[in-house]
Amino acid sequence: MTSLRILVPIKRVIDYAVKPRVNATKTAVVTSGVKMSMNPFDELSIEESVRLRERNKGAVQDILAFSAGPTKAADTLRTAMAMGADRALLVELDENRPKERDLEPLTVAKLLREVVHKEGCNMVICGKQSIDDDSGQTGQMLAGLLGWGQATQAAKVEVQGDEVVVTKEVDGGEEVVRVKLPAVVTTDLRLNEPRYATLPGIMKAKKKPMEKKKLADFNVDFKKRLETLEVVEPPPRQGGGKVDSVDGLISRLKELGAI
Amino acid sequence: MTPTRLINRVIRRPCTIIPPLRRPLLLRVGGQRFNTTESHERPATTATATSSQKKEVRLTAESYPNTKRDNRFAKLTPEDVVHFRSICPVLSAESDDIAAFNTDWMRKYRGQTRLVLKPKSTADVSKILKHCNSRSLAVVPQGGNTGLVGGSVPIYDEIVISMNSMNNIRSFDPVSGILVCDAGVVLETADNYLADQGHIFPLDLGAKGSCHVGGNVATNAGGLRLLRYGSLHGTVLGVEAVLPDGTILDDLSTLRKNNTGYDLKQLFIGSEGTIGIITAVSIICPPRPNAQNVAFFGVNTYEKVQETFVRAKRELGEILSAFELMDDTSQRCVAQVTGKKRPLEGEETKFYVLVETSGSNKEHDDEKLEKYLVALIEDETIVDGILAQDETQARNLWSWREGITEVCGHWGGTYKYDVSIPLKELYSLVEDVKARFIERGLLGEDKLVVDVVGFGHMGDGNLHLNVLVRSYDRRVEEVLEPFVYEWIQKRKGSISAEHGLGVAKREFVQYSRGETELSIMRSLKSHFDPKGIMNPYKYIKT
Repeated sequence: MTSLRILVPIKRVIDYAVKPRVNATKTAVVTSGVKMSMNPFDELSIEESVRLRERNKGAVQDILAFSAGPTKAADTLRTAMAMGADRALLVELDENRPKERDLEPLTVAKLLREVVHKEGCNMVICGKQSIDDDSGQTGQMLAGLLGWGQATQAAKVEVQGDEVVVTKEVDGGEEVVRVKLPAVVTTDLRLNEPRYATLPGIMKAKKKPMEKKKLADFNVDFKKRLETLEVVEPPPRQGGGKVDSVDGLISRLKELGAI
Repeated sequence: MTPTRLINRVIRRPCTIIPPLRRPLLLRVGGQRFNTTESHERPATTATATSSQKKEVRLTAESYPNTKRDNRFAKLTPEDVVHFRSICPVLSAESDDIAAFNTDWMRKYRGQTRLVLKPKSTADVSKILKHCNSRSLAVVPQGGNTGLVGGSVPIYDEIVISMNSMNNIRSFDPVSGILVCDAGVVLETADNYLADQGHIFPLDLGAKGSCHVGGNVATNAGGLRLLRYGSLHGTVLGVEAVLPDGTILDDLSTLRKNNTGYDLKQLFIGSEGTIGIITAVSIICPPRPNAQNVAFFGVNTYEKVQETFVRAKRELGEILSAFELMDDTSQRCVAQVTGKKRPLEGEETKFYVLVETSGSNKEHDDEKLEKYLVALIEDETIVDGILAQDETQARNLWSWREGITEVCGHWGGTYKYDVSIPLKELYSLVEDVKARFIERGLLGEDKLVVDVVGFGHMGDGNLHLNVLVRSYDRRVEEVLEPFVYEWIQKRKGSISAEHGLGVAKREFVQYSRGETELSIMRSLKSHFDPKGIMNPYKYIKT
């Protein structure tokens, strides 16, 4: 089996149990004073990398957790290491510089390409999307930039020799794809159930290396290509109504054109 | 971003979502002996009864055949009703559906009232009681009707005085944090109101969506935040109450210090509506913590659990907000019934502890908690532990504590005791009870008793002893009672830690209170309520 050097990109996002609020100027979601956590899809990616190591003895040589974000993203990387990543790389973004805020998927993919080259990674396991902007593009763009194969929305991942077999859940069944290494795999909800960070894990994570860099250290053009016009909250749900009987229900449904 | 968040919630951890209907269903199976449950249970709403459980609840008067209607009390006349109608809105059995006021939410107790009064002001309450007292009509004050011991529903024809319509927040001072509100304000409403102001109600419990602040004070509710914010005896600064003869006692102080004579409001806290009706309270509300952490760890012996508790108090200090104990059996039951993966991998330990911190500074709290946990694991006081990394994990870990109640009924039924025991011997009760069942050959695979489970608010010395049975049986009851009560009496514990007395514990109060105490209580009762019209047949025997 090919010896795996896995890169796992991680994003620090608003905790998914927290209800996001739009700021007063309708330009973004409020993040200050809001609980932040690891993007749930990235949790799945870390978990899967660690499981690959546990399942295939000796096959996984390195698990590198990467994040580009504020200084606090270091905490999220520590969590990744507590779960089992070997080391971490943080690109610290200066939130005061508009250009460094909200990196676009293409910029992130270019950053990742440089990391892959520099660190000699041969597999990238990343979330299929982040729950804050829902772009769902980074993994695919990265595979394109690298010229690697990609298997997206993985519900099951198996490494066989120099190939990765990925099962994906599609409408009405499963689709199994085979991709040659090096490859990009993006993770879907039912891939696994991420473990908790154990205390011994947290203690070990403190001693694991975390490298910190600036955006300027990368030869990447991070020009913005997208402009956010407006951010609005979804319309509030309408309250339900009551009907007296089954007949009442049927006639109401007919009225609404539902049946 | 919303769609993904929703999908996440639904798909990823489906087991954490418990259909609200299940709780009452499971609990309802209990016979008359199935006394108490713990404060985390959520009586969803009064509308939880499904068609399958529409079966009428047994009349409390039939469950307790030794109790008789007191003939000193007058019977309601049409003239009385006319008089009440001149005071406030009235619901009567003749024209309205008042079943919900006669039945408790667990569907264990059912009274036979014909009349429900809904006063809108303290003056209304005063007029009502004045009339009832002069006519010797018995009354039951009722808040959200979420009690666990049958204290808030009538037994015979006592008139229900529902506080539902007295639900105004009177004032809030953001500087001192003192809230003054009517007794009928729903706890969650009060807490949401306070949340907008950056404060928190110093009490939290499962029934918060239905229970009333006045009812909480009248029953001295305990709940989840007691360890942190103390009991209502400390946080309630003042009470406005109407005495049985209609006198309004205005002790609605907003002072933290007031050493001018007997502290009368204290008498009303936990009086369960037996000496008057609380119509408003003033209560001091701390600032809302904005950082919370949850850790969960396994410990092998009860001695070490105590050590972790002592160190939590010392090292976490002011940020410690919960310290909950669960035994191995309870966790196996949750795993078996819910099918969820246990949070701690590796070898099982005898005890599990959930620690929660609440503070104002996340970094500060993280550092303290991590230091505490790392020290525990380094000197091998605890075997293994985890620290929630996000809100979902925190809620998940809580579900291993809060979920116990629901799974306990899985095999057929549960005998429940909610008791206070000095910490040193808190868990011995579980071991002793289990040993008794084993000795009598009642516990095992195909025996009556499935297992004996212990868990609770360790921080408050409050144990929940649950005996899981396949069916309710005299033989099990004979092993349990009076053994459990005598056991607690020997250790000077309390037979009812946070649920009160009501109907359920009235007969057993002597196990926790001596004759001198009881006689002073009786004379207090007759001083305030010489005719005995307030919530009769409950609390203590007069």
